[in-house]
Amino acid sequence: MLKRTVLYDVYKDYDGVKLIDFGGWELPVNFEAGIIGEHMAVRENAGLFDVSHMGEITVEGETAETFINWLVTNDVASMHDNQCMYSPMCYPDGGVVDDLLVYRYSRVKYLLVVNASNIEKDYKWISEENEWIKKSSSKPDLENISGKMSQIAFQGPKAVDYMKELVGAEAAQIKFFHFRDDLKIAGKSAIISRTGYTGEDGFEIYIANEDAADVWNTLYQSTRDRGVIPCGLGARDTLRFESKLPLYGHELTKDISPLEANLSYFVKLEKDDFCGKDALVSQKENGIPRSLRGCEMVDRGVPRAGYTVHLNGEEIGFVTSGTKSPMLNKFLGLVLVKRGLGLKTGDEIEVAINGKLKKAKLVKTPFYKNT
Amino acid sequence: MNIPGDLKYTEDHEWIRVEGSVGYVGITDHAQHELGDIVYVELPEVDMEVEKDEEATSIESVKAAAPVNSPVSGKIVEVNEDLEDEAELINKDPYEAYIFAVELSDPSELDDLMDADAYKEFLEK
Repeated sequence: MLKRTVLYDVYKDYDGVKLIDFGGWELPVNFEAGIIGEHMAVRENAGLFDVSHMGEITVEGETAETFINWLVTNDVASMHDNQCMYSPMCYPDGGVVDDLLVYRYSRVKYLLVVNASNIEKDYKWISEENEWIKKSSSKPDLENISGKMSQIAFQGPKAVDYMKELVGAEAAQIKFFHFRDDLKIAGKSAIISRTGYTGEDGFEIYIANEDAADVWNTLYQSTRDRGVIPCGLGARDTLRFESKLPLYGHELTKDISPLEANLSYFVKLEKDDFCGKDALVSQKENGIPRSLRGCEMVDRGVPRAGYTVHLNGEEIGFVTSGTKSPMLNKFLGLVLVKRGLGLKTGDEIEVAINGKLKKAKLVKTPFYKNT
Repeated sequence: MNIPGDLKYTEDHEWIRVEGSVGYVGITDHAQHELGDIVYVELPEVDMEVEKDEEATSIESVKAAAPVNSPVSGKIVEVNEDLEDEAELINKDPYEAYIFAVELSDPSELDDLMDADAYKEFLEK
């Protein structure tokens, strides 16, 4: 039996909705506009996504900051109240447990937002399995509140204007990677952050399950006449891909370090001990084995996750994600390839597509950046 | 769902339009709808021999690749090169945008295929 978010009942009868099994969740891959139509709406206007399957874990107590700062690679101690921070969370060997958003309410209260497919694994890791929690005599209070929370992502350059109308000027004043938890939308209490997974300006809105339908309907009904449309996970994936935002299971896994995925900005090797530090420092000192690069097909073909990548016939890595970019109209791939081969932008590589080596060239990433 | 009366259909959602000894093959309205935005068509090689129900080529949507089987045996005699640059023609008009044409080696194979009514019933099952 597939899990459903509470918003399922709201959009299950929308025209053109196509539902798929997404890691055990029955979720829309697209609505009537189709993946490309939804992608363009988010780049040009705004779109609404049900991302209630995402996980939320609260961390509270005197040791909350110390604990989270040990758990993740980014520097949580540098955060101020009402700030959000992106970070990988690593195993001792430098492989990635998950990547997540840290919301700081105060030095003693945080919210962690994790990937849907990793909720159980993450909660077990955070609450029982890591070394810090095993040894600590003053553990913070942890709660997995994923089952009680819904999340709506409202993404696109015009989302800020609509939020100003619906929530007030305060919403528009929320800075990038900051949040407010004292504003109301559709009369309901919400956590509203200026964050997203599309490469566009926008908001992520967390509400209690019982309020989700009212909030969704208010957002959609008051903006649909201006072209705002519901969007599915298909467009969420193509949008994050064009902007080179990593997807756990593709660009990040337990076998790929955040340094290999070119996330060194989010790995503060100089901070005090944290999980995976020794392994990552050693990787940095001894040479990071692989690098995440972008490629564009020269020959005809679509690079897909898992296809091997070759240089002069020799295997040097694999594709982590690939599709046709709706904005650039090109067949593009993110590839994890060996470092130290002297590869630079413009150089030719090959992607094995159905047993044939097809030519591609390295290009700069992100593939697309909203200016 | 658009199901023209003059075509034959397979359970894999291909259609074939027979003109003399040549059959033009594409995918149905139902198939294009299920796949969503089609972004790439791998065209088979002209002169390639294909067998009935064998994968002749593939088409790809934004999300994934899907095989296209040949409804009949024979030799590929023509491919729709317009699809190289405009794969989305299949979404726009799936019955106009054929993918390849086969010279039938055994026309009796056509008897195994469904007519429009049977395909409609098959879809409703």
